Amino acid sequence: MSTARSGTRTAETMGGDTLTLDVPAEGGARYWMTGLNPAAKLLAALAIAIGLIPAVDAVTGGLVLFVVLLTVPFSGVDRRTLMLLGGPFLLMGLSSGTVNYLYGEQGLEGAVGAAVRLLAIALPGLLAAITSDPTEMSDGLVQRLKVPERPAMGVLAALRLIPLLADQWRTITLARRARGLEAGYNPFNVVRLFFGRLFALLVRSIRTGTLLATAMDARAFGTGPRTHARISHWRRADTLLLVGTGALLIGAYALSARLGTLVLLFS
Amino acid sequence: MGARNVGGARVELSGWGWRHAGRDTHALRGVDLVVEPGERILLLGASGAGKSTLLHSLAGLTGPDSAISGEEEGLLRVDGEPAARGRGRVGLVAQDPETQLVMARAGDDVAFGLENLGIEREAIRSRVEGALADVGFPYGLRHSTGALSGGEKQRLVIAGALAMRPRLLLLDEPTANLDPAGAELVRSLLARLLAETEATLVLVEHRVAEVVDLVDRVVVVEPGGGVIADGAPAEIFAEHGRSLAAQGVWIPGNEPAPSLTAAPGGAPLIEAVDVTARTPFQVGVRVGPRRTVLEGVRVAPEAGTATALTGPNGAGKSTLLTLLAGLSGPYRGSVEPRGPLAEADRRPLVKWPARRLARHVGTVFQHAEDQFVTSTVLDELRFAPSRAGMGEVEIEAWVGELMERLRLTRLADVHPYTLSGGEKRRLSVATALSSGPSHAPDVLVLDEPTFGQDTRTWTELVELLGSLRSEGRAIVMATHDRLLLEHLVDSRIGVADGRATVSSKEDV
Repeated sequence: MSTARSGTRTAETMGGDTLTLDVPAEGGARYWMTGLNPAAKLLAALAIAIGLIPAVDAVTGGLVLFVVLLTVPFSGVDRRTLMLLGGPFLLMGLSSGTVNYLYGEQGLEGAVGAAVRLLAIALPGLLAAITSDPTEMSDGLVQRLKVPERPAMGVLAALRLIPLLADQWRTITLARRARGLEAGYNPFNVVRLFFGRLFALLVRSIRTGTLLATAMDARAFGTGPRTHARISHWRRADTLLLVGTGALLIGAYALSARLGTLVLLFS
Repeated sequence: MGARNVGGARVELSGWGWRHAGRDTHALRGVDLVVEPGERILLLGASGAGKSTLLHSLAGLTGPDSAISGEEEGLLRVDGEPAARGRGRVGLVAQDPETQLVMARAGDDVAFGLENLGIEREAIRSRVEGALADVGFPYGLRHSTGALSGGEKQRLVIAGALAMRPRLLLLDEPTANLDPAGAELVRSLLARLLAETEATLVLVEHRVAEVVDLVDRVVVVEPGGGVIADGAPAEIFAEHGRSLAAQGVWIPGNEPAPSLTAAPGGAPLIEAVDVTARTPFQVGVRVGPRRTVLEGVRVAPEAGTATALTGPNGAGKSTLLTLLAGLSGPYRGSVEPRGPLAEADRRPLVKWPARRLARHVGTVFQHAEDQFVTSTVLDELRFAPSRAGMGEVEIEAWVGELMERLRLTRLADVHPYTLSGGEKRRLSVATALSSGPSHAPDVLVLDEPTFGQDTRTWTELVELLGSLRSEGRAIVMATHDRLLLEHLVDSRIGVADGRATVSSKEDV
């Protein structure tokens, strides 16, 4: 268990870059969630999202959110990422709550319910995404959820191009300044220049994408049935995750009904 | 292991031709060529001669359902059959490793082609390990492909091709996008592999001298035509060396000799004062914190002098260039104008309004397309002077002169994106020069200006830079080009490990 953790601060950090996820060999319970099959995590997140749609009260969503939050310490997510994602996440809940409070018809209770429900739906998906290695995610989608190979591999390959595109965007922006183009304070110019840069980026990204597609074709992609170098394992923990998710949803509805707080959508 | 013991493919072309969709003329036409199993040929020709197209066709990548569409004629056979991908018979390695790696981890990437061929899982692992050992890949199977240097990435690309055990290996300028260290890494690997494999090899490479030892036959093709010379390297270079060089091909012993006047020298025009720069902010989870690429750098490019920044890729040459050009600001320190430049505006360059900056400091980017902002060559050149408020008559004269000088006159109405590589480079230089109201900018900053150019564009470019230098302008460029360093550069600044070390030509 957590005895494997060393006391240093850096021990919490997961290795790798955006496209690879390296978990310490002796991560223990801290990294429990990263060991689950991404397909299972995705299914669980989906089940919660769909399961919470009918319930607009604060208690049902609140209980789910509370339980999901309890799993965060076992997600292996480091402090930097948590802070990076936590801000926008809370902002999303807060703004949704505020809008509902100001313009909604259910008053404060309804507003809190809307915010909590939104966060309870969003958090599992976010956790599934950041605790999964993209390659394993695509393996899980293809081998476990029977998603077609082409889009799954295509998305994975395209993810690799995102840092490249960010670099190209920076270069294009510098190049506009070098040509003497600068928006200044004129909003019309700001918009016009932005679209000019966007077009230049589009041209570059189409070229980059074509090159990548050609390289994939040159390696016989899409010429016949593929085999898989990696097996996407489905373990007992994955089944348990789905069972637990179902139990959580049923429990949340039962508790809310018991307390008499349950409010269903369109009721 | 790897590519051994599968033999070589026989390649046969007869009356073969290719016309790209939407073009009036053929890229190649009437090509008659037989490559026997195990032969290693170097494919030469002026830029635009359709060499890459021929490689793509041999790899089965051209045709009705492919990314590269067009009209094919004549006969093309690999081992007696039409070229088709998916049989794992042909391996292709192109220029840029960045766009050839598919997967996020090294082992997975090498396995990608094997999965596509339907190889059993048990066999994949040993073939992946074998291919990685063959290319001398120094990291483990799970190493992130994003964390590799350019040369290491290209080694991985080659491993991915070798793992498929091709009988025909096609290499399209495999070292063109690499810095000298990375290029050497790949060349030494190729030399070792070719000594072991029996695969047939077709290699396209502009810098002939560096690969001539790897091949036993040279085939020269002509733009829009077929094979114009075919034979042993020594024979071909003795017989056709001069005419090939005149067409723009880099031939050993026939390197261009630009005529240049001596550098007049002068006082510094810009000065980087204790500049520290960090990597840009990265988007995404698990990205590392920002890293310092330059620390306490002090350089001062002088008027009438050509200054070169050299060093490995990723060392911060391009970052230093954008700082010197006033396009972005340093994390600490500043880039100040000096001498006549300080009379225009005393503030650090990054504070200058873009128009003023463009008038005094011209920048040429590595990818010429990044700096095009209009839809015709003529508009592109008129853009800066008309914004500077120059009169119609003056603009006509100045733009006409620029186009004449850089051989762009007949392309005046063409869209910049549709130009060839050499034409794009000439136009990007012309736009940087066009910015001055009555003269070219005082400082010209260029990122790898000669990259991928044939000898003709190379010579024109070097002579043009030479004449700007003799007019007293400061030329600053990042480059790996040995010849450029030899002919034009007066002062070298080595950029490595966050430091910039100045050395004059005598020390070089």
